[in-house]
Amino acid sequence: MGEDDHVRGDGPLVVEYADLECPYCAKANLLLAELPVRRAFRHFPIVSKHPRARVLAHALEAAGLQGRFWEMHGSLLGDQGHLDDPHLWERCARLGLDVGRFDADRRSDAVAERVVRDFRSGVRAGVMTTPTLFVDGVAHPGIPDDSLLARLSG
Amino acid sequence: MIEAGARAPDFSLPDQDGDTVSLKDLEGQYSVLAFFPAAFSPVCTDQLSVYEEVLPELRARDAAVYGISVDGAFALKAFQASIGTTIPLLSDFHPKGEVAQAYGVWVPERGVATRALVLIDPDLSVRWTYRPPSPLEIPGANLIFDALDAVAA
Repeated sequence: MGEDDHVRGDGPLVVEYADLECPYCAKANLLLAELPVRRAFRHFPIVSKHPRARVLAHALEAAGLQGRFWEMHGSLLGDQGHLDDPHLWERCARLGLDVGRFDADRRSDAVAERVVRDFRSGVRAGVMTTPTLFVDGVAHPGIPDDSLLARLSG
Repeated sequence: MIEAGARAPDFSLPDQDGDTVSLKDLEGQYSVLAFFPAAFSPVCTDQLSVYEEVLPELRARDAAVYGISVDGAFALKAFQASIGTTIPLLSDFHPKGEVAQAYGVWVPERGVATRALVLIDPDLSVRWTYRPPSPLEIPGANLIFDALDAVAA
């Protein structure tokens, strides 16, 4: 775990590699939200499959720089039908973000590098599909199945 | 399956645009042949999508990736467009599976290549191979980087 990993919750650690335009990730997010786990989110945008994935990853990081990472995370995964720039600005306004700063931050090199770093760590860990969850160092590709959910529900 | 150290078996196949790609074209670079059973199966879609994302890093290490299946060139063209990949897809369609057979990845009872990776040296010998225990298991891009690291070591 890195110092700047995005982490929330208490319980067994689940590291998730996800693509914000991926419907399976949205489903996994709903399932994990119910569980008493400590979640760490890492970006794994697959742009050839999801053209907006990297833009969204950058937007999420930019929201994080204004302290609204998980709010934007929930917003994006909660409605994957509105992902164009005007929709992102609207989401920012709703979350009380400074839209000008958001737009500058999401195009910054620092944010791009941050997302690439997550992606590379996923590649090194053998991630080949989204979502992929790591629990106790073991990879679980795809939407978490019943046995994993039961195990994590404590 | 063909083993590391062997000469890479010669081949000449049409890509998705009908242009011929031959073994000798791979001279001077590291080449990853990614055999996959069939276009449009969800599993290989993810495999090539992730390889697509790491192409710039592979290119920086003089490595290129080629997908190979027994699908026809027109089907591979449609598949390439549908997953938005730039990875060339080679059609081992006629005589069907000839190259898969030469590389020892042919599955006769199903009439397709199994999922496998073959890393070919700039001098056209086989450097490394990987065949997952099941074709449903996707070889991670990390395996390709590990194999290239081993070459550099």
